[in-house]
Amino acid sequence: MSHLDPALVRGLTTRRGFLTTAGLAATGALLAACGVKGQGSPAASAPAADEVAKFWAGRTGTGSLSVASWPLYMDPEQPELKKFTAATGIKVNYQEVIQEMGPWFAKVQPQLAAKQDIGYDAMIITNGSNFAKFRNSGFLAPLDHAKLPNYVANADPSYAKAAYDPGNVYSIPWASGITGIAYDESKTGPITSIADLWNPRFKGKVGMFSDTEELGNYGLLAIGVKPEDSTPDDWRKAAEKLKEQKSSGVLRNYYDQSYIDALGKGEVWLTQAWSGDVFQKNVSDGTNYKFVIPAEGGTIWTDNFTIPVTAKNPVDALTLMDFFYQVPVSASLAEYINYVCPVPAAKEQIAKDAAAATGEDKATLAQVAASPLVFPAAGDYARLHYYVPFASEAEHQEFQSVFEPVVLG
Amino acid sequence: MRRRLAPYLLVLPGGLWLLLFFVVPMVTMLSLSLQEGDIVSGYVFTGHWQTYADVFVNYRTQLVRSLVYGAAATVVLIVAAFPVAYWIAFHGGRRKASYLVLLLLPFFVSFVLRTISWRYVLTDEGILLGPLKDAGLLPDGFHVLGTPVAVILGLVYNFLPFMVLPIYVALERIDPRVVEAARDLYAGPAVAFRKVVLPLALPGVFAGVLMTFVPASSDYVNSAVLGSSSTAMIGQVIQSQYLTSSNYPAASALSFTLMAVLLIGVFAYARALGTEDVMKVAAR
Repeated sequence: MSHLDPALVRGLTTRRGFLTTAGLAATGALLAACGVKGQGSPAASAPAADEVAKFWAGRTGTGSLSVASWPLYMDPEQPELKKFTAATGIKVNYQEVIQEMGPWFAKVQPQLAAKQDIGYDAMIITNGSNFAKFRNSGFLAPLDHAKLPNYVANADPSYAKAAYDPGNVYSIPWASGITGIAYDESKTGPITSIADLWNPRFKGKVGMFSDTEELGNYGLLAIGVKPEDSTPDDWRKAAEKLKEQKSSGVLRNYYDQSYIDALGKGEVWLTQAWSGDVFQKNVSDGTNYKFVIPAEGGTIWTDNFTIPVTAKNPVDALTLMDFFYQVPVSASLAEYINYVCPVPAAKEQIAKDAAAATGEDKATLAQVAASPLVFPAAGDYARLHYYVPFASEAEHQEFQSVFEPVVLG
Repeated sequence: MRRRLAPYLLVLPGGLWLLLFFVVPMVTMLSLSLQEGDIVSGYVFTGHWQTYADVFVNYRTQLVRSLVYGAAATVVLIVAAFPVAYWIAFHGGRRKASYLVLLLLPFFVSFVLRTISWRYVLTDEGILLGPLKDAGLLPDGFHVLGTPVAVILGLVYNFLPFMVLPIYVALERIDPRVVEAARDLYAGPAVAFRKVVLPLALPGVFAGVLMTFVPASSDYVNSAVLGSSSTAMIGQVIQSQYLTSSNYPAASALSFTLMAVLLIGVFAYARALGTEDVMKVAAR
């Protein structure tokens, strides 16, 4: 942010008026003492090389680390982590403590702002407004790519071009996912487009995400605007479109992770959905829900490995991050979670694993290797959009103020 | 000397507790509500009262809705709880204590879990609606989840003991001989109930209303779990402002607005229907 936020200037005059007219100088001082500290904004561009050197200077491994991750993001048996400990001797405490980005940022922000350890050396966070808040607050350690040889060798180079972290300075991908439409074909027939989510034929049986960035993206795609090119005017038009969906009774509800349950119970017939979930639901419950990237386009998001600046064991975290870029490890993770794998070479590995497997596993693995949801083709990527990028937190607040009233109508 | 200090010493632990965990957070929150900025660059105190006007305008729908749901739940609670309390107090016999334990038994399971389990009962094709739909008694698209009815039912379920217990305490204290006396003086059962039992139970109802209306109006779990986007209550808005948007000033201002509205409501209620007056009016 190079300019001064007008909202801050506007308040200055109010403050004086408040203090003198109310004659509450003492109270005012007390109240003012309770300010919430921010961290200022470092330039969004890459830091100088010496910042990387400065952060990593004199740091050595300690033999253990803690990772903050999401539910359903690793085989509960944690085979990859067992291999990691066997290979390096580093013990990993893997916790599924992140359920939503907003609450996670709100939870660790006070500690990070006070420069305290949050108890985690690596955290897996989604690109989007909260990623920007982490980065712009200076909470993320710049990564030393010299210590990430597997990442350099094996990662899909397109990630380094992503706008949320150009050059992968603060983050490297864990997995990506696609937001498309999941549907119960026996009730809806084939679904191909976002317009179907407004179809009165499915009155009361349509689900959307309550997350404003997920919802906003679909609202924008529905009115034919690319999220990355959208303006505040487009946001308002998209919000109107979304309100229509609600007031016409087509929409059943806005969901968080519970959408998959609602689909399973027949509460909704078609809903915004995350790619890997639908696959896992079908495998674990024997259901046959379909997932489609709509004709108008879909959303892609990336969950990223990051290191909080206050981490006690950052070197071990970096070692673990790089370990997940070994092709066999990356393949084994993708085989279980079925989200987009950041290592293209894993596709061949999974095909090999499929050839070696027998019975039911063979079919499942072959399906994973061929799945456009795990290894999307170039044509698929062309139809996928990241969340709306925000130049500043003020712009994000404006976006929130447009879409939040839709969700909390 | 020691005697003069004693009351202060007795108040000290509770007083310190309140100072630390009630007064300090309240002052902090009041300060927050008057700050401006954003979570990245930090919030600065500017005495910006405008936030109150903004949040009131933006979220008055949810505020009014919360009060309506709270009031509706309270009315249903009185109707549902009174017979239960009455029966336990007058016909519970030796098993009174057991019945009260049964009433409180659900409290051994987490509030949120119990609410989520209602989802399974009320879901579209679930154990309740599924068979009724199969039998053709309900149309296919009929649903309870996501409607105001589901939210109010959830509130009633979760706050039931808080209404039953105070009414029970009031009824339990009634000397049965007072009722007998009324009957001796040729009051029929209905008249005896209306002129004797009901007035004596009103302080319990009064306390029950206070104990249920305030938390029910500010509750956010029932609406989040059983409701839909069109049943959002003010508690959900506050939660999302704090935890999703990190908009601390708006969240604090909303909390104070809610608190003020509820306090005014409660004072007006106590003023209009103070326990003493209630009994006088009813005994007339």
